[in-house]
Amino acid sequence: MNNNNSNQYITLVIDADNNKVLEFRTIWAYHDLIWFLSWSNVAVRYKQTILGVLWAVIQPFLAMIVFSIFFGLLLGVGSDNIPYPLFSYAALLPWQYFSSALNGISMSLVSNQALLTKVFFPRIIIPVSSILPPLIDLGIASIMYFVLMLLYGRTFSWEILLLPLFLLLAIMTAFGFGIWIATLNVKYRDFRYILQFLLQIWLFASPVTYSTSIVPDSWLPIYSINPMVSVIDGFRWALLGGDFPALIPLLISTLISTFMVLSGLYYFNRNEGLFADII
Amino acid sequence: MENHLAVRVSKLGKQFQRGEHLSQRANSGRLTEVLTSNVKSLLTRRRKDVQLVDKFWALQDINFEVQHGEIVGIIGRNGAGKSTLLKILSRITRPTSGKIEINGRMGSLLEVGVGFHPDLTGRENIYLNGVIMGMRREEVGRKFDEIVEFSEIEKFIDTPVKRYSSGMYTRLAFSVAAHLDPDILVVDEVLAVGDMSFQKKCLNKMEDVGTEGRTVLFVSHNMSAVTRLCPRSILLDNGQIVTDGPSAQAVGQYLQSGLDTKARRRWDNPSIAPGNDRVRLIEVRICDENRNVQDALDIRHPIRIEMDYEVLKETVLVPNYHVMNDNGIKVFVVHDLDPAWRGRVRSKGNYTSTSIIPGNFLSEGSHIVGAAISTHDPLVVHFYERDAVAFQVIDSLDGDSARGDYASHMDGIVRPLLEWETEYHK
Repeated sequence: MNNNNSNQYITLVIDADNNKVLEFRTIWAYHDLIWFLSWSNVAVRYKQTILGVLWAVIQPFLAMIVFSIFFGLLLGVGSDNIPYPLFSYAALLPWQYFSSALNGISMSLVSNQALLTKVFFPRIIIPVSSILPPLIDLGIASIMYFVLMLLYGRTFSWEILLLPLFLLLAIMTAFGFGIWIATLNVKYRDFRYILQFLLQIWLFASPVTYSTSIVPDSWLPIYSINPMVSVIDGFRWALLGGDFPALIPLLISTLISTFMVLSGLYYFNRNEGLFADII
Repeated sequence: MENHLAVRVSKLGKQFQRGEHLSQRANSGRLTEVLTSNVKSLLTRRRKDVQLVDKFWALQDINFEVQHGEIVGIIGRNGAGKSTLLKILSRITRPTSGKIEINGRMGSLLEVGVGFHPDLTGRENIYLNGVIMGMRREEVGRKFDEIVEFSEIEKFIDTPVKRYSSGMYTRLAFSVAAHLDPDILVVDEVLAVGDMSFQKKCLNKMEDVGTEGRTVLFVSHNMSAVTRLCPRSILLDNGQIVTDGPSAQAVGQYLQSGLDTKARRRWDNPSIAPGNDRVRLIEVRICDENRNVQDALDIRHPIRIEMDYEVLKETVLVPNYHVMNDNGIKVFVVHDLDPAWRGRVRSKGNYTSTSIIPGNFLSEGSHIVGAAISTHDPLVVHFYERDAVAFQVIDSLDGDSARGDYASHMDGIVRPLLEWETEYHK
């Protein structure tokens, strides 16, 4: 493939003094790569497993059973007059997505060392490509939710149409925190362990096994610094009806997530040029 | 930037940190160390930079220009800065100072098969790898059949690559890389993969790239490949450009600066010099036809192997040389049969014995010379210095050596220019 107009090359300038900002044009030029990396992350996810994609259902399903027995049955945790299995499964859907995406995004840079040190492309593509694969899992796990709805004889109403907004908030939260941890993890592998610990705490700081209604009103502004509070309340509302999540906490959550995404991108961009040197 | 230029590098520098600095030990980089060092520097009110960081320049003040269609070799010892330069040119890492302008689409091949996933099939990996290397999806699709054909693994294209032999794996990986079609290609030593015949195929493909008017920057340790492929070479040492000029010159300088390859070796101390009570070696050297010591010699010209020695006791002596190539194959042994000295007793004193290897005889590549002096009746070996000196034979592409117009890898331990006859039978 010879250039037809060989006199019109595109000139690329690499200047040490020029602190570049995220170049959307370059990222767009590599948009096929986002798709292919996402696709390969999906394609290899359950390779050489017997149960394959069933794992996407088994994990939240078993968690739901365990929660229902211990929290629902034995501890008698209130579930806002919703059957506890439905109540917890509706929260486990976004939670599983969030923890899996956060984990994937956070580890994405260090687990793609070969790509970082051997070939050029906008590095942001690596964490971005970890957003999609857990979404596929979420889709598969949702099938089980429909089955549960049928078993309990419940129906969906118009609220479900707003579900994508809460899903978007979950994605933003996972991406915002993930990109911070991913960047820090390149330099300090401590974050691998911090993340595991963080996710355990985070599960109990989010209304997965209990209802937000047990949290005192005065605590709500602090409680909802955790954006997953609004995500999970939003999912429950969209799937099961009830009260719309309180607006102030929702606003706080959205602001926090947005802030994490923007500051994460900034921090990522500032360190991007050094990844290959220090990873 | 002027249109005839493909690459312009100006005042380029790259600084790394070494020593006790944390980021150098990134794999064990621990948060506690950062925290404690920050606390320490707070307490002692010292700037931690000064205390902890030992910085060094991996590249400094690099300036060069490459024209469109030029093929330039980048050579130098390990740690000279070649890989760093390549990584900056490929935008994998950022320079600390200076500027690079690149005119055209740049493709870089620091490694083949980057991003190959063992669980994916050959077909899937071609797409994934192609896109990672900067191709568009449609482009990979268009070249797919060609890539598969080039790789010679049609039958296994739908098998996961973890079931491939390592040869098949590298063949597939290189085939994708070979079809990148950039305006400017930056290649690291990726050709040292795969079996011999596939290597040749790849070298041919590389040369095609060059002849199609594309610009190539080629980093290699293979001096014969560099001299063959690149008319011009840049020699780096200690992060700086030492030579930028014709490859023969740069390669020659590279070899001269080497420690293991030396065209001249001298034993000034008689007590450790090879020899016995009859004869003692003083010096062995490789010279061109003008008797200048040379590491790199043109295949077309004669090569002189010379040795100085001192005869300590009157004896009949037969100096002899043993020439080996870099595969350890002994190319030949030659005995001094000069009728003037054959069978004649040599009196005490200093001598120089020279054997002249004709031009168009040795093959290109490195050669090692062993020097010996013996007496054949009765047989006594007075000394045999196995790896006395070494040199490099360079076969340029001028067309008047035995390779003619054939531009790629040639086998054979010798490369004689033989006479041919053609009879036409009508």
